[in-house]
Parts: sequence; structure tokens; C-alpha cells
Amino acid sequence: MSEKFDAIVVGAGPSGNAAAYTLAKAGLNVLQLERGESAGSKNVQGAILYADALERMIPDFREDAPLERHIIEQRMWVLDDESFVGSHYRSDAFNKEPHNRYTIIRAQFDKWFSGKVQEAGALVVCETTVTSLLRDEKNRVVGVQVDREGGTIYADVVILADGVNSLLAKKADFHPEIEPKNVALAVKEIHFMPQEVLQERFNIGEEEGVVIELFGKITNGMMGTGFLYTNRESIAIGIGCMLSDFKEQKTTPYELLEQMKNHPSIKPLLAGGEMKEYTAHLIPEGGYKAIPKIYGDGWMIVGDSGMFVNAVHREGSNLAMTTGRLAAETIIEAKAAGKEMTAASLAEYRKKLDDSFVIKDLKKYQEMPDIFHSNRQFFTTYPELVNRSVHSMLHVDGVDKKTKEREIFSSFKQNRSLFGLMGDAYKLWRAFR
Amino acid sequence: MMIKVEEKLFQNRYRVDAGRPHVSIRQPDICVHECKTQQCAVCCPAGCYTLEGNGRVVLIADGCLECGTCRIICDEHRNVDWEYPRGGYGILFKFG
Repeated sequence: MSEKFDAIVVGAGPSGNAAAYTLAKAGLNVLQLERGESAGSKNVQGAILYADALERMIPDFREDAPLERHIIEQRMWVLDDESFVGSHYRSDAFNKEPHNRYTIIRAQFDKWFSGKVQEAGALVVCETTVTSLLRDEKNRVVGVQVDREGGTIYADVVILADGVNSLLAKKADFHPEIEPKNVALAVKEIHFMPQEVLQERFNIGEEEGVVIELFGKITNGMMGTGFLYTNRESIAIGIGCMLSDFKEQKTTPYELLEQMKNHPSIKPLLAGGEMKEYTAHLIPEGGYKAIPKIYGDGWMIVGDSGMFVNAVHREGSNLAMTTGRLAAETIIEAKAAGKEMTAASLAEYRKKLDDSFVIKDLKKYQEMPDIFHSNRQFFTTYPELVNRSVHSMLHVDGVDKKTKEREIFSSFKQNRSLFGLMGDAYKLWRAFR
Repeated sequence: MMIKVEEKLFQNRYRVDAGRPHVSIRQPDICVHECKTQQCAVCCPAGCYTLEGNGRVVLIADGCLECGTCRIICDEHRNVDWEYPRGGYGILFKFG
């Protein structure tokens, strides 16, 4: 391939597909490179699709996108060893079209999205790994090197949508190696069961879905959470904890997952299912402070590669799609203005991001990672105390309620002290304000 | 709890690039003599790293899920050489 492209997009996940789609739609000559055998075959997510980010590019995506179920109920469980305290929110309003959130199966969804990218006119080449970026004498990025014969390909700009393990960005010194404290390791299984069984088990109708967020003792004191999502005829169940925490203990990720699956409140939900795939993935959860430089002469970074994940709200794919789209729009505008793809003209990308929910949300929660890293009581002591308090109140044994209240309060004080409790309340407020 | 990760990996689809592992240990001696924690053996979600009685760490990357955990946790010694597999090889997620 000696042809020069307007843009090369590395990777065919949500951010890369959003970028390639937007660029191709505007008539640019786009090459997208994907290392998997097809788009999606290397990609892992829970997965929830947030309609809004996709709708802005493909308003009628619901007509043919492979969607599993729209979410009508959100459960949040705080677990002790054999119990949970939970809150559920369910609303028939979530059944009104257009639906806002869907469960999806990424291998299928990404393939569909890639089809749209190709229809828009981009050239998509799979089974091709980009091994390095090509630079000119002024150190500008001018193309990519791939693992195929004669594999140098040139472009005005290269968009790195290569995911959390962005070896390309690291090799090019765009950012240092990711630190274990800025990334979570999540493992997941998918369990298949008949649609009717699943619907009955979760008290839902044909197209309806449930999300369960899991929090507490299941992470063995590590900073992390679990999740359970209902697909059409399968359940995705997973757990993720910060890598810096995994490093300090002796439980393997699959033991942790197995332990969670065997929790007495979770096990019945999976009963009879057939496990058909086990996956693992890193999630960049360093937040606002961990975002690297995301543009330069001839290059831009989008999606996970740029740490664009809102861990608090479990949003990632929508940030990925939005960063991909905004990077593409920056290129389209620069090209229309006859500008070269220099750092100065691509700086507009950062401005667009600053004005969007992407940076605003990440900024809002910028203190959160540090606060939870240094305050483990939120993952162990509190889930335990809350569960035991509820248990005490519900266990009828002749002890009067006032005495029980006093016992509960003193168990909180014993574990955290009065100042500790007040400090924790303040920390939580700071983390989420 | 003893969990056999092999039983989980058995459900997955791979195209192994025979003879060309995409992950390798740079200097095995560093694992033996300098690394005190050998946490790769705990943290790898595919159990690719195993400890031998003599302090050696053995890596068999065939079941690799390409998550990057080993690359990032080996931050003290930087003793893991980690590249993406050649295009089309490695884990092929059916669902992802």
C-alpha cells in the first residue's frame, strides 16, 4: 500500500469505530487497522451500551444493531459474606422508546459497527497489528508500520484507538507506562440459559433487562466492584479490582470471581447456566489526573488509550465513542480550513473534550481514586457493619429496638471511632461531590 | 478454594501462533533472585505464570487473554517483554 490516507485509525473498538465512521462519512480517505480476525474479536466489555453517544452518529442504530435488552431495573447490592443490603430502582418509564441503555455482546456489536464504518466508505483491514508509528525528521507522526510485508502506510494523521494497553503510545513516548494504581483488572464469564428461565428469574419481560452492581466483601478488601448484566439468553457476571491491590494479596482473579459466583445471593441467579467464555480486561480507572497528552504533530489518542473511563458511573464505551467522534470532527474542521495536522491545529480536540461531558465528569470525580485507595474501610468495614445492623434489626429475639440501636452505633464507633465516622462521611462527600 | 483456570480457558477460542509467543520473560534469573513477590503468578487471570519449587517462574502464554496485567504489575523489574500477537493470532473472543 503506497497510497497516502487522510487518516489512519488504529483499532476497531468503540472509539476507533466512532472516529473512522465520522471521518469516512465526511468524505475523508480513511484506513482502519484491526489486529483481530474481525472487529470485536479482541474486545471485552461488561457490556452496557449508552444510546446517546451512538445516536449522535447513527440516529437509527436501533433498526439493525445487535442489542440484547434495554435496562429497566438497576440493583445496587452491598455484600457481606452471606448477605447483602440493597437498593433497587425499577421504572416502567425505561420501557418508553427510545430506550437509553442496552446490554450488548461486544463481539457482535463491534462487528455491526464496523459494517457501518465500511458502508460509510472507510477501508477496514483486519488481522493486521500496527507495530510502530512512522516519524519524519521533525518527529511528526506520518504513518504506521504494520506486521505485513512492505507494511509502511502513510497518512496525514494517525488516531490511536488501540485500547488500554497502548503499546504504540508508550513506544512513541507519548506517555509513560501505566501504573498499577491507575488500572483495574476485571474478569468476566458469560453464562447461557433459556430466555424464559432468565426472564422469570429476574422478573422481566421479553426485551427487558436488569443490571446488578455489587460492592463490599466480594472484593476481599480490594478497591473494586462486581457486576451482573442480563443479556437476551445469557448473563454476564464479572468482578474488577485495582491492579495495585491485586498485587498486594494472594487471591487469583479467577478465585475471586468464583467466590463471588458462590455467594448465597448470587449463586441461584446463575443456577443451571452454561458458561461459554471467560475473559479478562484492564480498565483505565486513573481518572482525570491520569489522562495523558492526547494529541501532537500528526497524532491523536481516543478511548481507553487516553484513560477515558468514568469508573464511578461505569461509563467507558460512551466516552470512547465521544472522544473518537470529537477527534474526527477536529480533523474534518482542520482539513476544511486547509490546515496541516499539527499539534497546534489538533489542540482543538482537547478544547472540544473540555467542553463535553467527558472531561467535565472526569474532573468532577478527580479526587475519588485517591480517596478510595487510602480508605479501605469503604470496601470492608462498612459493608460488614451495614449488613450486620440490618440483620440485628430484622432478627427478632426479645431484645428491645433501642438497645439494638445502641449496639449498632457502638459497633460503628468501635470500628471507626466517632472522628473516623465523621471523616469518612466527609471523604465520601468529597469523592462524589 | 482450588479453581482450575484451565477449565475456564477451555471454553475460549484461540489461534495460537506456534513457536512465536507474544509474551516472554526477559531474564529468568531476575525472577529467581531479585523478584521477592512473583505476583505475576497470582495476578495473571489466565494462570500463564506458574512457580516452580526452585524459585523459577515458568511462562506458558498459550492461554493468554491479552489483558496486559503481567506487563503492568512487573513495574519494579520490567522483566516482561509484551507485544501484541501477530494480526489474527491469539485469543479470539466469541462474545467479548
